[in-house]
Amino acid sequence: MSMNRRDFLKTAAAGSGALLASTVTPARAAMPKELPPEAVGILYDATLCIGCKSCVVNCKIYNNVPGGALYLQGRTDAYDVKPSEPFWDSANDLSSKTLNVIKVSKTGTAVNKDSMENGYSFIKQHCLHCISPACASVCPVGALKKDPVKGFVTYDKDKCFGCRYCMVACPFNIPRFEYERAIPQIRKCQLCYHRYAEGKYSACCEFCPTGASIFGKVVDLRKEAQKRLTLKQGDDYDFPVRTVDSKEKSRRPVSKYINHVYGLNEAGGTQYLFLAGVPFEWLGFNKNITDTFLPDLTWAYIAKIPALIAGILIAGSATWAVTRKRNKDKEE
Amino acid sequence: MKQKDIKLFTPLTIVLLIIAAAGSVAMLYRVFFGLGASTNLNDTWPWGLWITFDVLGGVALAAGGFVIGGTVYLLNWKKYEPIVRPAILNAFFGYALAATSITLDIGKPWAIWHPLVMWQVNSIMFIVAIHVVLYTTTLATESSPLVFEKLGMTKAFHFVEKIMPAIALFGVMLSLLHQSSLGAVFLIAPVKVSPLWYSSLLPYLFLVSAVMLALSMVSFETIVSSRVFKHNPPMEVLLGLARGSLIVSGFYLALKLWILFTGPGIGLAFNGSLTSNMYLIEMIIGVILPFLLLTMKNVRTQLNGILCVNIFVIMGTVLNRFNVGIISMAEHNTRIGVDYFPSWMEFLVTMAMVAFAILGFKLCVKYLNVLKLEH
Repeated sequence: MSMNRRDFLKTAAAGSGALLASTVTPARAAMPKELPPEAVGILYDATLCIGCKSCVVNCKIYNNVPGGALYLQGRTDAYDVKPSEPFWDSANDLSSKTLNVIKVSKTGTAVNKDSMENGYSFIKQHCLHCISPACASVCPVGALKKDPVKGFVTYDKDKCFGCRYCMVACPFNIPRFEYERAIPQIRKCQLCYHRYAEGKYSACCEFCPTGASIFGKVVDLRKEAQKRLTLKQGDDYDFPVRTVDSKEKSRRPVSKYINHVYGLNEAGGTQYLFLAGVPFEWLGFNKNITDTFLPDLTWAYIAKIPALIAGILIAGSATWAVTRKRNKDKEE
Repeated sequence: MKQKDIKLFTPLTIVLLIIAAAGSVAMLYRVFFGLGASTNLNDTWPWGLWITFDVLGGVALAAGGFVIGGTVYLLNWKKYEPIVRPAILNAFFGYALAATSITLDIGKPWAIWHPLVMWQVNSIMFIVAIHVVLYTTTLATESSPLVFEKLGMTKAFHFVEKIMPAIALFGVMLSLLHQSSLGAVFLIAPVKVSPLWYSSLLPYLFLVSAVMLALSMVSFETIVSSRVFKHNPPMEVLLGLARGSLIVSGFYLALKLWILFTGPGIGLAFNGSLTSNMYLIEMIIGVILPFLLLTMKNVRTQLNGILCVNIFVIMGTVLNRFNVGIISMAEHNTRIGVDYFPSWMEFLVTMAMVAFAILGFKLCVKYLNVLKLEH
């Protein structure tokens, strides 16, 4: 009944060889940590936002077409709004039908814009397109992917099998799931990448009347954001509208800013940047979000696995050989 | 008791059958009408009872398979041979049910095979998926001699028995990685998981607590099956398992306290919130009380004492999985303003999973030579 050493090694090797070989050649190990070369994103300036929600409506309209993040073949009427018809009810949170939402934080009588004293401030919430996205790193099937050139994070419904790990992993609670459907998908902002081919860009920026949301290369957006922080409060400034390099400007006095560009370093940096006149924590950003690259936390464990497999197999075989010999010696 | 004296239909079995049948209907309902119709999961609480209890808990409860398998086949500790078959069979049912549960929990059950072909090595979930498949296969192989023996397939029986140490080694390796990777699942969420549970040592905590649970679970099963099937419990084995429990629970307690003191500090455990109270309950029932009881010689050498400790450890460790998966994120999620409590269908399906496991195990005991009862 008992097995000799050669048989043992043969079987152990056959069983684990394939596994070991495949684990030590991690195809695209570890997640990116640098801003992609042509990275595009959005700068949202809460002090310019008037809460008109044009971005929310147009996000729905322009994503509800083939290729859009809300599109579902044969069910174009399922999503709250049709391009041809007006709608009267606005979403109050992200959902599988709302990928972009304007929220308001207020205190007291809420009369002063961008103030913490009897004031209020708007915030626009959607996917931040992290430089090192936790959602893409945890996706077991690679349904969520970061574009290597422009850096937007996309979703492939045909790969996704619905484990919802992305929802647990995202520090900003962005991915949403279609619980109501029997064949569900994850829904999230994909930065309107389906519109780039026709020379268009994110609908929320294209239809923002005040320049609160502007689209552009992340390097330019960072420069613009940092420049605004150096402006003197009350001075006039030509705020670009729609895109960061737009010729169309909106001249208006500069408001008071909190001296921080949110998204420059948070979660390792994001391609969606924020400016505001009130603390970001008050606008709903979790204070536990640090500048750590989240995928590093799991990679620290995963990187050890090949060594662990080898170590366990060697130590296990040695233990087996030693204890078997000891038992035999005892019997004799 | 002889195998042929085991009655198929006892009142308990009938209750379990009813639960299993009702649960199966709920499972079908979930497949045809979706997660929203059957569960209380939502965008803030993407994972609920099925992931925490059935998957995290079920896999931990199945740890006995690799612990006893390794003890008998790799450490060649022949004293534990009488319990190796039930331990491995139990692990097989644990994994089969965890796999069924995760299949029901994912959005598209028919796409469960996707990770096997769409590799994404940065994902712990991918690693977990590969492990579940490989280890369930391994456990089936480890249990196959039971079937070969029954069918009189002597050649196949001897072949598997002969290569058993290698299969056991493969199983030990997969289990060490799988138990720890279930803890590693939560490493990505320091923003959400309370510091009472979050630690870079989460994978090791899951592994050590799984070993602790394994010893208690195997001991518990041995005692219960000796009572149900009326044979004398192997006292030597139970005493050995209790000594093992003492060592592992002492180590786990030290690890947990070290993490508490070097991490969030003891104050967080006593601030009276739901989170800290759940942490205290888990620690007292699952670790502190069993450890203290086991240090007393008259408790760990007595059948009732051992049984009592086993029940505490099982409840405490399953509560730990439940806490890590749900309660640890309660403060974060409640701040967003959304609560979660499992729906009746979630409870029913979970109960059905347990019922299936018990019924399956019983059928095996009756028809296969699991407990080496007289024929």
